[in-house]
Amino acid sequence: MPVIASQKCFSLKTGKELEWYHGKVILCPPSRLQSWNEKVFYFQQTYGTAECALGPFMREIGMELSGARILVDCLKREGVEYIFGVNGGAAMPIFDALYDETEVKLIPMRHEQGASHAADGYARVTGKVGVALATSGPGATNLVTGIATAYMDSIPMVAITGQVLTDFIGSDAFQECDVIGVTRPICKHSYLIKSCDEVADVVAEAFHIASTGKPGPVIIDIAKDAQKNETLFQYPETVDIRSYKPQVNGDPAQIAKAAALIKEAKCPMLYAGGGVVLANASEELRELTLKTQIPITVTLMGLGAFPETHPLAMQMPGMHGSCCANYAFTDADLIVAIGARFDDRVTGDLDKFAPNAKKIHIDIDASCIGKNVPVDVPIVGDAKNVLTELNKLVDTADIDPWRNQIQEWKQKYPFEYEQKANKVMPQYVIEQIYEHYSDAIVVADVGQHQMWAAQYFKFTEPRQWLNSGGLGTMGFSLPAAIGAQLGCPDKTVVNINGDGSYIMTIQELVPAITMKLPLKIFIINNMYLGMVRQWQELFHNKRYSAVDYHDNPDFALLAQAFGATGLRVEHPEDVEPALLKAKGINDGPVVIDFIVDEDENVFPMVPAGAGLGDVIRGLS
Amino acid sequence: MSKEKRHIFSVLVENRFGVLARVAGLFSGRGFNIDSLNVAETHDESISQITLVTHGDAQIIEQIYQHLNRLIDVIEVTDLSTGTHVERELVLIKVATDDPQKRTEILQVAEVFRGRVIDMKPASLVLEITGDEGKLKAAIDIFSTYGVIELARTGKIAMMRGATK
Repeated sequence: MPVIASQKCFSLKTGKELEWYHGKVILCPPSRLQSWNEKVFYFQQTYGTAECALGPFMREIGMELSGARILVDCLKREGVEYIFGVNGGAAMPIFDALYDETEVKLIPMRHEQGASHAADGYARVTGKVGVALATSGPGATNLVTGIATAYMDSIPMVAITGQVLTDFIGSDAFQECDVIGVTRPICKHSYLIKSCDEVADVVAEAFHIASTGKPGPVIIDIAKDAQKNETLFQYPETVDIRSYKPQVNGDPAQIAKAAALIKEAKCPMLYAGGGVVLANASEELRELTLKTQIPITVTLMGLGAFPETHPLAMQMPGMHGSCCANYAFTDADLIVAIGARFDDRVTGDLDKFAPNAKKIHIDIDASCIGKNVPVDVPIVGDAKNVLTELNKLVDTADIDPWRNQIQEWKQKYPFEYEQKANKVMPQYVIEQIYEHYSDAIVVADVGQHQMWAAQYFKFTEPRQWLNSGGLGTMGFSLPAAIGAQLGCPDKTVVNINGDGSYIMTIQELVPAITMKLPLKIFIINNMYLGMVRQWQELFHNKRYSAVDYHDNPDFALLAQAFGATGLRVEHPEDVEPALLKAKGINDGPVVIDFIVDEDENVFPMVPAGAGLGDVIRGLS
Repeated sequence: MSKEKRHIFSVLVENRFGVLARVAGLFSGRGFNIDSLNVAETHDESISQITLVTHGDAQIIEQIYQHLNRLIDVIEVTDLSTGTHVERELVLIKVATDDPQKRTEILQVAEVFRGRVIDMKPASLVLEITGDEGKLKAAIDIFSTYGVIELARTGKIAMMRGATK
């Protein structure tokens, strides 16, 4: 045992003298220290050190910490600001460790699904790892939807779940669930911690895996005794996993091939996806586009990676995308896909997709390349690195006739709708939101309003647009907006929601009000599960099964009951004043319930199974 | 559709609990086929070797390769079918021998397949036969005519020829 200075100290809680050393040597076993507070007090009195520096120091003098305490100290090392969670039996030691914590702030949510979406929203706006915390069994299963949402959109997340005592695992104990088994297909990786000795290494690995390569959620399931038992704490300085080495640099020969194809092409197009945002490669994408002057389409997940206001932007492709982008796919002779995965909602019928085009596919995930569409030049690597190299090899493309064709389509087939008399048109509401909140971070839910938001709001910056593109999780947006607002406290966060999706996670209004978050929650309320109703109208003989939501409560009154500002808008002329009013309310969330035209459908539309060329434009 | 072919993957994984479930889950979740699967520790006790026989067209096989590689606990994936390799499988066959005359005949047949008798009881015997797929199939076919009581096989194990891994 090392020699330390002698000094009397007293417990903060009991006021009693703590007698663990005499003379100059620690004689008292660490177990005599009852609580974390006593330990901190002891060290502050003795050494005046900051709490976070204690870990290695405690190790040096042989002081042990609980697994839960180590977990929280590890989160600090990873720079975690917020943990979104719901407390429960098997996670209580972790919540206890967070109780008097100031560096890592615990945000209590009202439902674990909300916790996972909030962590996800935080990760999407900051690019950092979002952290969600729940107890075992139902707490963990409630996280599942949020984990799957993050997995489909490759969002870096660490989900921590309590687990029953190790001796009880497998015995169908109270609130026991095989979380590792349940989440296996929807996470990047997962760990079950049965001993407090594993905590530090696992947390370091989990954050490394979640945030590198193709990001994704990692689950840490930690048994309650591993949270409570004590051990020495040492955080690994570096993480080296022999079986995990993401390939971040593209093969130079492949990049050269890509540059040559770009040079030869007569009708090339860029097709960028969420991977560009995740790789923070927007600058490089802009450089590529501006240098080559090749028209670009950005997917639902990538919106903002390239400014939609730019003349070269063809806007979103796919099922509800712009006719221009879809026609361009059909006629292009070269597609440069960057961090996009040829999703079925983008390609339509694969047999009719881009029949004349060669394909260059840049992706960090080798398994994404060639999965749906055969590729001529595959490039595995980080979009930022690959584009930086590619930009050195390209020049302005000599493709004037093609550019003119694109401009013609763009002008001929813009997103458009018919203003019906005395109806609040949903598209008009989005246009007005864009008019007054063009710099805001927009968090959309899933459904018709999501498509209208993607079509009519012109995103100009990456991480400005958040939505559950892959899994299509209704209920995502309100909790995600909470995470986004905490991640970007200086930005305005607009939540564009639907009446169906809003009520799925409406309870998360409570933490938003408690924290006085100035969220602008705009509900595009058509009293239906509108997207499903649209499909029933078009493909199910107008048999409107289980989509009528006229029995929903008055959302404005309900917001007031929660303690937020609630407004209801039923006439077109009231849209703008309400939006302006919302701008002035910044001491808490404001909910505006826009009662919109019930019958409006999202167009253009490529019916499921049709080719992109067979787009229904809607108006004609 | 391009032609479906049989492939043997040698997969080196971390010797941890749950790894096999991840590999098997990948196949069931994505609709890939597993024809046979063999798992055991290697000479390095921290590493297990999975030998996995599957089939599919070139695109499916490429996807299987990439998705196996994507699993965090997978250290190395080799498609043995891309080079010359040796493969073996072991089968235990319990054959009915109620008739003593039949027993002699069965032992002669076992000789042909270089089978070894590893258990003998009045009414049955257990044979151990090693070989490639064709040989085992031939053996099983012929022993079936005598009445197979029980049969267990290891699934294939395989490795590349030559000094390389």
